Amino acid sequence: MKSEFKIIASLLPNNSRVLDVGCGDGTLMNFLSNEKNIDVRGLELNEKNVEICISKGLSVIEGNAETELGQFPNKSFDFVILSQTLQAFYNPVTVLDHLLRIGKASIVSIPNFGYWRVRSSLLFKGRMPETISLPYKWFDTPNLHMCTIKDFYELCNDKNINMKKIIGINNNKTSLINNNNISLKNLFSEVGIFLIS
Amino acid sequence: MNFKIENIKQLIVKKPLKLDCGKTIKDFPLAYETYGKLSEKKDNAILVFHALTGDQFASGINPITKREGWWDTAIGSGKALDTNKYFVICANVLGGCMGTFGPKNIDESTNEPYGLSFPVITIKDIVKAQESLLDHFKIKKLLCATGGSMGGMQALQFCASFPDRTFSAIPIACSSSHSAQNIALNELARQAIMADPDWNNGDYGKAKKSPKNGLAVARMAGHISYLSESGLQEKFGRKLQEKADYEFSFDADFQVESYLRHQGYSFVDRFDANTYLYITRAMDYFDLSRQYKNGLTEAFSNQETKFLIVSFSSDWLYPTKHSKDIVIALNASGANVAFAEIKTDKGHDSFLVNEPKFLTTIKGFIDSSYDSYKK
Repeated sequence: MKSEFKIIASLLPNNSRVLDVGCGDGTLMNFLSNEKNIDVRGLELNEKNVEICISKGLSVIEGNAETELGQFPNKSFDFVILSQTLQAFYNPVTVLDHLLRIGKASIVSIPNFGYWRVRSSLLFKGRMPETISLPYKWFDTPNLHMCTIKDFYELCNDKNINMKKIIGINNNKTSLINNNNISLKNLFSEVGIFLIS
Repeated sequence: MNFKIENIKQLIVKKPLKLDCGKTIKDFPLAYETYGKLSEKKDNAILVFHALTGDQFASGINPITKREGWWDTAIGSGKALDTNKYFVICANVLGGCMGTFGPKNIDESTNEPYGLSFPVITIKDIVKAQESLLDHFKIKKLLCATGGSMGGMQALQFCASFPDRTFSAIPIACSSSHSAQNIALNELARQAIMADPDWNNGDYGKAKKSPKNGLAVARMAGHISYLSESGLQEKFGRKLQEKADYEFSFDADFQVESYLRHQGYSFVDRFDANTYLYITRAMDYFDLSRQYKNGLTEAFSNQETKFLIVSFSSDWLYPTKHSKDIVIALNASGANVAFAEIKTDKGHDSFLVNEPKFLTTIKGFIDSSYDSYKK
């Protein structure tokens, strides 16, 4: 399991109720269910992934988070997870509003466009960046709304979203991000994880 | 119908059953079939509900009609409902014509078949009657309740009526209430039967004739709604039936006509016209939300049942929207629900044919449910 999932799991208390939006093949869901006795549900767009999840016994609903989050009642989950998907939506802010409506809290991770490798690719090569977490060509990328850790931080501030914890990941190492170190961490973190409410 | 129904399994339901229409029935026969072996802990039972024209012979060869069971693609050794592991029960629905109490049974007070004096039944009545099979086998809680189309409606009703009697449920290609289009198509079928002079107000039981033409047309109309446009087009297109050119007549020039006629007229041998009226009526009356003050969400409150809802992308009879409405209601009530839309061009009938994506999905769900149920 990738280190990002381990960090997300560590933020979740045992026996809680969790919705994993864009749950993929259910790797994180399976871990949460088996190791932390978390009552976890998923929403996933890809039909093959849905089939894999259902075969694992995971309660996953096939659907598009962009249009189908409305079906979940207010505060029906303790946590809603959105792992590296926010940038792929047409209306990321609408999705973000839903996450915070459905969950008492939410964990959102973003691939950081402010990471130094991304910056240097554009600066020195003059090409659109391709990295491990952003492996796409400019013309076939699903990522419509890329942002940096700093951008998302500012968005949360603007929307009065409470950021309880921000974690940066670089080379499988993690560090806490706060108002004082954010410029530096924005340069050296490949992924940012935000616990918000 | 032309078949003699003998040597079948029947449970005589002794407990009085108060029907939705107000009448009470008791000591009536419920025909059923089982596949596989019930485990000692009685934790491996799957109740399968059949659709409009199905019967209890879901797997293997139907001993009455000698044709393949209607869900042989899914039930059997090593199949999705693996009979090496699971005990599968399927009953002929109330109002049916394969040995369960229905309009062609003899009314002892008149010594004539019931015909239209048979009480109008509902999906809820059908499900209540089948609950007695659980008591018969001393099964406290099923592993799974499942079925497609009208079978899916029964599965939904079963979970709403008996929330603690099944661990999981798979309602397939169904709806929580019949739409205007669904009712309209059923009405078309009923009118075809009732327009046949041999129907005789349902009183054809003792006559030599039965409303074969009307029933065949009803079946043809139904059959069109079970297939998708692209499925029909791909299978038949405008191909002619064993001829090089149009005959400029009303014979079956096109293959699709010949196919429909075959479907219609082979059906009348095994099915009773009055049963068709009663069962389509039960489907039309089905509206789960109407049974509860606060609608569907209340129907599924206090559910511990694990649900898998399945729809098919090319099903226009019970489109994905119907299934999604069920999912939304289940979510709103906090129930445990998974949902998959299978992409296929095989239409509503997809659950009956060999559709690998569908079969592997339900197999995975049942097997994983069994793993957590037997723990």
